[in-house]
Amino acid sequence: MWTFFHKLGSPPHFYRLSLLFSPWLAIPGYLLIAWGTYTGLFVAPEDYQQRDAFRIIYIHVPAAYLAQMTYAIMAVAGAIGLIWRMKLAHAVAAAAAPIGASFCILMLVTGSIWGRPMWGTWWEWGDPRLMSALILLFLYFGLIAMRNAISDTAKADKACAVLAMVGALNIPIIRFSVDWWTSLHQGATLIRRGGPAMDADMLWPLLANLLGFSLVLGAVLLRRIRTEVLYRERRKRWVRDLVLGSEAA
Amino acid sequence: MTMFDMGDYGPYVWTCFGLGLAVLVFNEWQARRRHKRLFRDVQVRVRAKEGEQ
Repeated sequence: MWTFFHKLGSPPHFYRLSLLFSPWLAIPGYLLIAWGTYTGLFVAPEDYQQRDAFRIIYIHVPAAYLAQMTYAIMAVAGAIGLIWRMKLAHAVAAAAAPIGASFCILMLVTGSIWGRPMWGTWWEWGDPRLMSALILLFLYFGLIAMRNAISDTAKADKACAVLAMVGALNIPIIRFSVDWWTSLHQGATLIRRGGPAMDADMLWPLLANLLGFSLVLGAVLLRRIRTEVLYRERRKRWVRDLVLGSEAA
Repeated sequence: MTMFDMGDYGPYVWTCFGLGLAVLVFNEWQARRRHKRLFRDVQVRVRAKEGEQ
């Protein structure tokens, strides 16, 4: 077991393994999203209050979940990279930021579109949930900009790891903002005392999309980490053998 | 047709699902493109270095 993890931490080993794992995550992920989306759009009954507008939940909630989950991955990877000086951990953090930012934009935009018919406004400055989610996007932008601004990879890794760890404080704030303060945003639907506040016909497509989006995130993240590993190790012998080997093949 | 109207919420619902699809496609395409580009760059650099020696 530990040998497997030690091997996984080695860039050449990870590079080869990631190619094998990626389709095993992507294919079931896209299939689950297809089923969840179809069922959510055409099979699930409409909500008694929000009518058909509630179906935005099948995109908005997975996007929100992934935006926060990717940030948590970055913070944990940054901490591992700083404490154990594991090279691969910094590559994970670097690869995750653009993906997380894309899901964060999706979360904010779909939330805004959903808010228009439900709250009568696209955006409410001062709303704790909306503002903490916007801060998450700024954290992503800050991390991407910082990494691009620092040419020394080791220094950039350290600075980004610290910022990711400090910024992780925002994740529980996003989660509990609707409980701590008054917000236009509805309370927790899935993870709450007394179980999910949804009918099973509405819940299953949401769970399928949550799992599907997570698997696709895993697949895309693996691809991006591969690229990051290739960039960081581009002067190493194994990369030279790899590219020349593929040329010969 | 009512299925696509989404009870007058069609524009909101379909825009969100369209954006969701766009983000998934963009992430997949971007990840593949970046890797392909970098691999080619590294290949060119290694080949040039090999030629020098």
